[in-house]
Amino acid sequence: MTPVLELHRITKRFGPLLANDGITLSLAQGEVLALLGENGAGKTTLMNILFGHYRADEGEVRVMGRPLPPGKPRAAIEAGVGMVHQHFTLAGNLSVLDNVVIGSEPLFRLRSRRAEARAKLLALADRFGLPVDPEARVADLSVGERQRVEILKALTRDARILILDEPTAVLARPEAEQLFRTLRGMTGQGLSIVFISHKLPEVMAASDRVAVLRAGRLVAERRTSDTTPAELAELMVGRRVTRPRRAARAPGPVVLRAEDVTLVERGETRLDAIGFEVREGEILGLVGVSGNGQATLGRLLSGLVRPTSGHLTLGGQDMTALTPRALARAGVGRIPEDRHAEGVIGELAVWENATLERARDPAFARNGFVRRIAARTFAQDLIRRFDIRGATPETRTRLLSGGNMQKLILGRALAANPRFLLANQPTRGLDEGAIAAVHAQLLAAREAGAAILLITEELDEALALSDRLQAIVKGRLSAPVPAEEADPRRLGLLMAGAWEVSHAA
Amino acid sequence: MRLERRPQVPLLYAAVSPVAAVLLALTLAAGLIAAAGVNPLAAYAEMLKGALGSRLAVTEMLARATPLILTGLAAAVAFRARLWNIGAEGQFYLGALTVAWAGHGPLAALPPVLGIPVAMLLGMAAGALLLLGPTALRLGFGVDEVVTTLLLNFVAVLFVGLMVEGPLKDPMAFGWPSSVPVASGLRLPDLVPRSRLHIGLLVAIGAALLVWLANARTVWGAESRAAGLSPRAAAFAGVSLPRTLLGTAILSGGLAGLAGGIEVLGSTGYVTTTLSPGFGYAGIVVAMLAGLHPAGVVAAAVFVATIFVGADAMSRATEVPSFIADVIMSLSLLCMIVALLLATHRVVR
Repeated sequence: MTPVLELHRITKRFGPLLANDGITLSLAQGEVLALLGENGAGKTTLMNILFGHYRADEGEVRVMGRPLPPGKPRAAIEAGVGMVHQHFTLAGNLSVLDNVVIGSEPLFRLRSRRAEARAKLLALADRFGLPVDPEARVADLSVGERQRVEILKALTRDARILILDEPTAVLARPEAEQLFRTLRGMTGQGLSIVFISHKLPEVMAASDRVAVLRAGRLVAERRTSDTTPAELAELMVGRRVTRPRRAARAPGPVVLRAEDVTLVERGETRLDAIGFEVREGEILGLVGVSGNGQATLGRLLSGLVRPTSGHLTLGGQDMTALTPRALARAGVGRIPEDRHAEGVIGELAVWENATLERARDPAFARNGFVRRIAARTFAQDLIRRFDIRGATPETRTRLLSGGNMQKLILGRALAANPRFLLANQPTRGLDEGAIAAVHAQLLAAREAGAAILLITEELDEALALSDRLQAIVKGRLSAPVPAEEADPRRLGLLMAGAWEVSHAA
Repeated sequence: MRLERRPQVPLLYAAVSPVAAVLLALTLAAGLIAAAGVNPLAAYAEMLKGALGSRLAVTEMLARATPLILTGLAAAVAFRARLWNIGAEGQFYLGALTVAWAGHGPLAALPPVLGIPVAMLLGMAAGALLLLGPTALRLGFGVDEVVTTLLLNFVAVLFVGLMVEGPLKDPMAFGWPSSVPVASGLRLPDLVPRSRLHIGLLVAIGAALLVWLANARTVWGAESRAAGLSPRAAAFAGVSLPRTLLGTAILSGGLAGLAGGIEVLGSTGYVTTTLSPGFGYAGIVVAMLAGLHPAGVVAAAVFVATIFVGADAMSRATEVPSFIADVIMSLSLLCMIVALLLATHRVVR
């Protein structure tokens, strides 16, 4: 039987970077293939070539044995390839049906085929178990529902091959499990699926076969049943990377305390009477699925917003009125959730980013003028101490890799030995090597006595680093669980909000 | 075909792009000149001669460049912080009107060493005030300052018209709508004897130096650049966006107001509704051609002044109307925008 999809010796260069190096891969009908690799391994590039967003420098894509003309997404769609992007390509102000119909209709027609499209959409939704309301406005849907719309959009265009780019990045565990059940149902009806992931557990659970990419090359293909997570991890990273372990340490007095903190923004309750405390030399892990109030909590503890009610104290002093600069002076280090949008300014030099939050500090300013030598020396020092590779004080910050950018932010936050450190998604999007480096720095700061609040979506990370854990769901916090009593299953339940049920019972 | 951001803009491209843009604009305009039945090379030769060919030509050109340097700086300062001040024209007029009023009345009796600086400061204050309103509206309610500053230009010019037809009308001007002249002691001394070039040029160049110093060396300059590049990251680092933008508005509006004040004190001595042949709008072109750099602003202002003064001479010597200057300037702006894009991006297939 011919494979439904073949990639033959695909090579793609971006300037000096070899993003895909002679990759040959095939997909059988009814198969779920996982494309595993770290950030920058070339997974998304490969799928973009397949879908026609990019044109390969060399090589060929064949669907059902027929070569696909390069660089034409429409040709890919017509050949039966559907793509669900990591960042959804839906128009929020339109209805589900509008989003599905858009682009598939001829431009010059007086009457659109809405009724037909609607019937088809509902039939597909029913057949594949993807319930949607065609008239709902996309902006009002949850992330999981939006993903369903994306999948249905591909299916209404008669996709036989579905490509999903990091489909679980935005989903809670139960939603992710539901998604994989749905995908399994689709392959039962003859569809073939490729999904991109860097998460080993879901690759092991949901795929038939795994292709591992590393630095643009296909380094291994395995039947999922014949491999282990440990083997895949090593193939993916190329060496054995061990994340540092947390040593026992008795926590000191409470550094940061939140009591009954509520934050209402534009009529919506973002944080609902939350309470927690972080002690000296302790890491409190806050786990939760993205979009449950973590961003608001991050902005609150970064001095960007004020609570509507409740108390927030730092070392016993009220800190609700502190601005970012005042927080920095009070010994608070901050790692923002989005390093590109908030952490650094790409167009500025490393030294400017290193000193921006303390720009008016006497160490870096005199009479309103920048102390350029002092600022550069400080940046040079950070580069050395935090092993920021590929950087000089003069380097434009956007030229750094994600991991090195994060080291710069971490270094800036830790340079003054903070009392309290807010680490909001500190390893999001980083590769294994950089994750290990960030973890080591966080643990070193804990050892040095910093009270650390770790906000993360990665259960492994939360379990490895935290002394205590709390889950955040819809702006509310669960009661703390000591690390010894926590396991992925229990945390998964907490993240789904299960504690509320047990409270009620 | 797509555009891909270059990791680093080659220095050569950055340096060459304004020159290439100007040459391309002149080439395109040559087509229009030829269509008017004139040899483009001969026309451009007339233009150069008219702007640079004699002592008189050079002083005229530099007198024209003086307000352009200031309005160019006004645009450059604002755009760097992503404050889209399109209202330099109105700020120019309000500065001019204020100086004309003060120079005739309250300041007339003061000694020049005191009166001239105070008049200039008043002009700056007037320009700054006119930009503070739109900036406050943007900060408070998200009102687009492109619209408000642009429309205020017409309000300012009409207000000048109201004043020179009314309270400030010069009774000695034979019914011509112009304001009463400022005291002769307040007029700016000539820089070159027997010419219209006054020491306002030195003030403008001094302003360029100060703006450069503020941009490149002060904490304020660093913060306003950060706020312009990424308001979110700047806010996270504790840069107050309102404070930075209001400061930028005061500086930008002040520079445009100063341009108007200096034009009155140095050039005409009074204000009319035709005092500016579009200095405020041309300042935007000057700032873009300069890549928002203060030193570049001086050079670009000299270029634009050369085109304008030269075009007048050209239209006297040939059949080409002087409107060609507006065409060349507009084409330069368009070509510069394309050149900037090509310098920072590369085309990939």
